Amino acid sequence: MKIRFWGTRGSIPVALTSEQIRGKLIAALNAACGKSLDSPAAIENFVDGLPFAVRGTYGGHSSSLEVERGNEAVSNSHILFDFGSGARALGQAMLARHGTTPQTYHVFMSHLHWDHIMGFPFFAPAYIPGNRIVIHSGHARAAEAFTRQQEDPGFPVGFDHFGAQIEFDVIEPGRRIAIADFHVTAKKQRHGGDSYGWRLECDERVCVYSTDSEHRLEDLDERSAFGEFFAGADLVVFDAMYSLADAISVKADWGHSSNIVGVELCQLACARRLALFHHEPSSDDAQIDGVLQETRRFEALTRENEALEIFSACDGLVIDL
Amino acid sequence: MDTPVRQIGNVRVVAPQGRVDQATAEALRLSLEPHLAACTANAAPLILDFSGVPYISSVGLRVLMLAGRQVTAQQGRLAIAALQPVVREVFQISRFDMVFKLYDSVDAAAAALAT
Repeated sequence: MKIRFWGTRGSIPVALTSEQIRGKLIAALNAACGKSLDSPAAIENFVDGLPFAVRGTYGGHSSSLEVERGNEAVSNSHILFDFGSGARALGQAMLARHGTTPQTYHVFMSHLHWDHIMGFPFFAPAYIPGNRIVIHSGHARAAEAFTRQQEDPGFPVGFDHFGAQIEFDVIEPGRRIAIADFHVTAKKQRHGGDSYGWRLECDERVCVYSTDSEHRLEDLDERSAFGEFFAGADLVVFDAMYSLADAISVKADWGHSSNIVGVELCQLACARRLALFHHEPSSDDAQIDGVLQETRRFEALTRENEALEIFSACDGLVIDL
Repeated sequence: MDTPVRQIGNVRVVAPQGRVDQATAEALRLSLEPHLAACTANAAPLILDFSGVPYISSVGLRVLMLAGRQVTAQQGRLAIAALQPVVREVFQISRFDMVFKLYDSVDAAAAALAT
């Protein structure tokens, strides 16, 4: 199973500013001082050795993930999480890979807030006749949210312009169901209007997608339930938008969580990898990098069993489970 | 949870002992209750001496957040002192070092609160 991240930013898409790019160039050129960079290969090696926050970016698209089993060329069936702004580039990639050959997309929605559905009007496969898009959601009003997004005056292309067959499937939390070679279980989460986490199992691998989820530290039953939901996961994609202090004070009830709680729940669940996800829009690359280093340190300080591998999800990242 | 209490001048010092985690956080909350209730505008400031706490988890930090909120609402004064290095790191990573004024020693905290 491979997980491909197309959008990792929380709440609203963001873009690098000219000032931020200038800062990266200055940092890179400072690091280059005194180095012999007299060939393209030497330059490439030097750039590849720079810190990620200097040579790259975590990206700014909102939530969109693709799960690959490796048999998509044969099955013509695909698994996606959420339709954030990253779904536009995902749709372009699908067209490049599969052209107009009919495909089926199973999309598991965390919830229906704008940052998680805004990519759908730009998801090109939705306009191609023969394609089938099944939107799986815990929300009974998913069809209403997707239809309303296309309505005048919000968007100029109505829902009836989609060429693909679009279906809505309301899934009951806690029930393990089989969809396209995978087994999927939904879990209701604490978020404004509710959100749903997804546990995806295939080929003895487990990926949990748990974003836009606030955790009440005092609720022992809830903690235990998430421990079971994450149990033995090869990867947990976790909403780590805020610091713990913010998440339980000034941003309490905003529906998001922290890196600290992500580590604690993954340790409780004996998960193998934790992807920090749904990055705060106001955080720059250096700040996200800093949180990653601190989170790894916290894991090391609190480790009692196997090490938990931690990374910050970035647009374009592919994780092979 | 064992939380011995002592007085330094007009400052009350409470010293929790042991890990503060899922198993002990509620006990800490209960043991702090009378001291927090007494920490009002014109009463003795309160110092939490953390020298006997080797670790604190998120649920323990929540107890401190609630304590700080209560004391602020009562216009009392609360400080945390003498954190072990690991606990100080946890405060930094969780940004609780921006919620509380942290002191290297109880004496330093007492001197600051006495003014």
